[in-house]
Amino acid sequence: MLKQTEGSHAVAEAVGLCRPEVICAYPISPQTHIVEGLGEMVKSGEVTDCEFINVESEFAAMSVAIGSSATGARTYTATASQGILFMCEAVYNASGLGLPIVMTVANRAIGAPINIWNDHTDALSQRDSGWIQLFAETNQEALDLHILAFKLAEEVSLPVMVCMDGFILTHAYERVDVPTQEQVDAFLPPYEPRQALDPTDPVSIGAMVGPEAFSEVRYLAHAKQMQALELIPKLAAQFKTIFGRDSGGLTHSYLTDDAETIVVAMGSILGTIKDVVDEMRQAGEKIGVLGISSYRPFPLDNVRAALQNAKRVVVLEKSLAVGIGGVVSTDVRMAMSGLQLEGHTVVAGLGGRAITMKSLHALFAKAIRGELERLTFLDLDWDVVNKQLERERTTRRSGPAAESMLRDVGVVAARIG
Amino acid sequence: MSFQPVHFYQTGTFTVGNRLLEPSERSVQANIQRTNSLNSGHRACQGCGEALGARYAIDAAMNAARGRLIAANATGCLEVFSTPYPETSWQIPWIHSLFGNTAAVATGIAAAIKVKKHKGEMGDVRVVAQGGDGGTTDIGFGCLSGMFERNDDVLYICYDNGGYMNTGVQRSSATPPAARTATTMPVGPEPGNQFGQGKFVPAIAMAHEIPYVATATVADLRDLEYKVTKAMGIRGARYIHILVPCPLGWGAASEDTILLARLAKETGIFPVFEAENGEVTGTLKIRRKQPVEAYLQRQKRYAHLFGKKPAVETIARLQAAADKNIRKYGLLDQEAN
Amino acid sequence: MFQVRIHGRGGQGVVTAAEMLSIAAFEEGRHAQAFPSFGSERTGAPVVAFCRIADQEIRLREPIMEPDALIIQDPTLLFQVDVFSGLKKGGYILINTSRSFTDLGLADFVRDWPEERLLTVPATDLSRKHVGRPMPNVPLLAGFAAASGIIRLESVIKAINTKFSEKIARNNIAAATEAYQFVTDEIAGASHQEAAHA
Repeated sequence: MLKQTEGSHAVAEAVGLCRPEVICAYPISPQTHIVEGLGEMVKSGEVTDCEFINVESEFAAMSVAIGSSATGARTYTATASQGILFMCEAVYNASGLGLPIVMTVANRAIGAPINIWNDHTDALSQRDSGWIQLFAETNQEALDLHILAFKLAEEVSLPVMVCMDGFILTHAYERVDVPTQEQVDAFLPPYEPRQALDPTDPVSIGAMVGPEAFSEVRYLAHAKQMQALELIPKLAAQFKTIFGRDSGGLTHSYLTDDAETIVVAMGSILGTIKDVVDEMRQAGEKIGVLGISSYRPFPLDNVRAALQNAKRVVVLEKSLAVGIGGVVSTDVRMAMSGLQLEGHTVVAGLGGRAITMKSLHALFAKAIRGELERLTFLDLDWDVVNKQLERERTTRRSGPAAESMLRDVGVVAARIG
Repeated sequence: MSFQPVHFYQTGTFTVGNRLLEPSERSVQANIQRTNSLNSGHRACQGCGEALGARYAIDAAMNAARGRLIAANATGCLEVFSTPYPETSWQIPWIHSLFGNTAAVATGIAAAIKVKKHKGEMGDVRVVAQGGDGGTTDIGFGCLSGMFERNDDVLYICYDNGGYMNTGVQRSSATPPAARTATTMPVGPEPGNQFGQGKFVPAIAMAHEIPYVATATVADLRDLEYKVTKAMGIRGARYIHILVPCPLGWGAASEDTILLARLAKETGIFPVFEAENGEVTGTLKIRRKQPVEAYLQRQKRYAHLFGKKPAVETIARLQAAADKNIRKYGLLDQEAN
Repeated sequence: MFQVRIHGRGGQGVVTAAEMLSIAAFEEGRHAQAFPSFGSERTGAPVVAFCRIADQEIRLREPIMEPDALIIQDPTLLFQVDVFSGLKKGGYILINTSRSFTDLGLADFVRDWPEERLLTVPATDLSRKHVGRPMPNVPLLAGFAAASGIIRLESVIKAINTKFSEKIARNNIAAATEAYQFVTDEIAGASHQEAAHA
């Protein structure tokens, strides 16, 4: 059914339709509306046979999820930012144990400085945790990916993070098609665990493994992600037959076939980029976009195939690998290995900095002119940076950097954009 | 309370011989049907108090749950010695996740059981969580408190040996004052662990007003079994804190494990009691009060108190702490005084 | 694409207003995207919310920097926040006030503006009267419907029914209806005036 609703609510409805059995909730912006919605659905009886547990921390949220998933219950939680760092040890544990938990990450920056706004640093900090990571471009895709995620997680026995841009998607009201219970049931069968804590068939889960088998156990985790790489497109195809929509998959290409310049990005920024691409196409530029939906497993072959005929690639990412530059770029460049392409990393939208069409126009034009540097920070206020660097050069006790820089910026209340 | 109506006891132990009891009153371990939940062949040290405590506690819980029990286990000695890959000593469904999250994992198991039971996919299965003092009183404390506060249907058992023995005997918040550990060495003006630090989690558990809290030692295994059985008869969050001597960490002889546990209780150093809904409802009385030296002198972790110049003041402080426990928990019968 | 920016303060239902506007547009079969200016939730702090309305899917995710219409729920923001930033020349301005643009000190700013695009609604008074508390968002939305014709009053009423339960919805519908009439009269007055000037 078509609905005009909030992204978080759409996700809550999708999760509810997946017949979850245990949901653990700990509040952190911007994922709160999702678990609030689910809490209400469980309490009101709209979602039945489900335990909704208010836990005392994100670490506990993931730990409760580990316990319930290991007991054979379909389990869901959601988090963001500091929360994912706080649960990090359990995040690795959940994938190490092969537990198909589904978790929404309402992508948000990581502090310090504390910042509640959107970027991808939180999820990408867990890229090596063994979780499958899917990125949503729209609220419709966020909704759909949750349904896909449960199926994918349970088929390969790995946990899945569904990443959606905090606030930009979670708090946006837009049109979504909410499927029926029958559709979801047709797509997603009841959970049949590979392993379960069950008194009728006792097993020990979580044994210590020494050097004699550790590599093999870890390799298996990689093998399962490679299985997921095969499975994700198949599930997307199945999804389409039942729900009639293209959702999920490994990558989404937009006007890349003849493109000389290809922008690579993840998440909701793809929409803005497409609008810019359309305008630049009208002006005669051969430019296209490659959206990465499955960041882990990373679709090296698909990315390479999409990029190989281009002249230049601009990876626009909402993340920063301090000391080297890009996070996604590193992977994209691995996919491009051996291809003689100009590669650019653009770090944009950190901590909620708006990425505007105007800035993107200028950026892509610069890339096409061959003037874009290898690493660019979009719309960086160099005055503020240089002022602080100068302060630190001249004064030993230069004080807390963030506070000084904020003073230099001169914060405007309710600044637009 | 757990006082046995029979006052016989054998020399050297307060354990009543099974042969003198009715079959129904005998230890779970005396039953040929015992589950051996923690089976033989594990890798615990000689004289390990934790292995003994776990065996009795989990078998008693299994007995009470009619064989339908799932255990969650914190990282630590018990986890390491019981599950060297690819072997396991556990005859029951068992999971180890992390060091600090066992109570939360157990919450998750209990939640899953509740749903599965409601759906008719599972019978009435019970949940035990267990960990050492490090995994309980330190790193796992947040999750433990959360589980208590929500009154989740979990029995949490802490095996307290007063330190991080698995990592090489470091101090925990359950390490007693003056004790030597690798991080509280017997050097400087105040050798060993500091006075005035540490926490007694059974009291904190009581402050959560959960239905049942108890302490026990491996010297009184029938008392331990009684408490586990009682706890299993109650729904909601329950906590049992068992003192389990560690020959390695305490610098004690392997054959002294039971003796030391008993002396901890008989000196008043470790109060043995039970509490319901935040109030103490019973104590295991001291039978023959012993001075703290009797307990301390048998452990190398206190050796620095008994050199050429005994640390009389420190010993007196430890005695005062034991006496305080005796007053606070009423550990001495009036007639025994 | 038609873009609306709503300014107000935390607690005045600014975000809800943008959401309801998007629901109203959706009810008319259009695509709409509403989103807040993502801040910590503090009562009384300046808040901005946005709504885009279009006939095809809206992919753009940038904040609305060049709105076609402004709804200002709290006139005390006029000289605190750059509310007019980027407003398209001749765009709609709807202010929650019982004073005139001149009284608010905006005479210079709107000198070249078409009269029928400059509108005021005493929305706080109307919501006090009908709903019993100062929640100006709904009357302003109805006022916007009247002013712009972008959405119909019936769609605003549908949005009210989606967001609120029976009694509160009923009261809000009453407030909306009166606000709609108020702005309709205002525009009629403006065109009458213009006709008189002509």
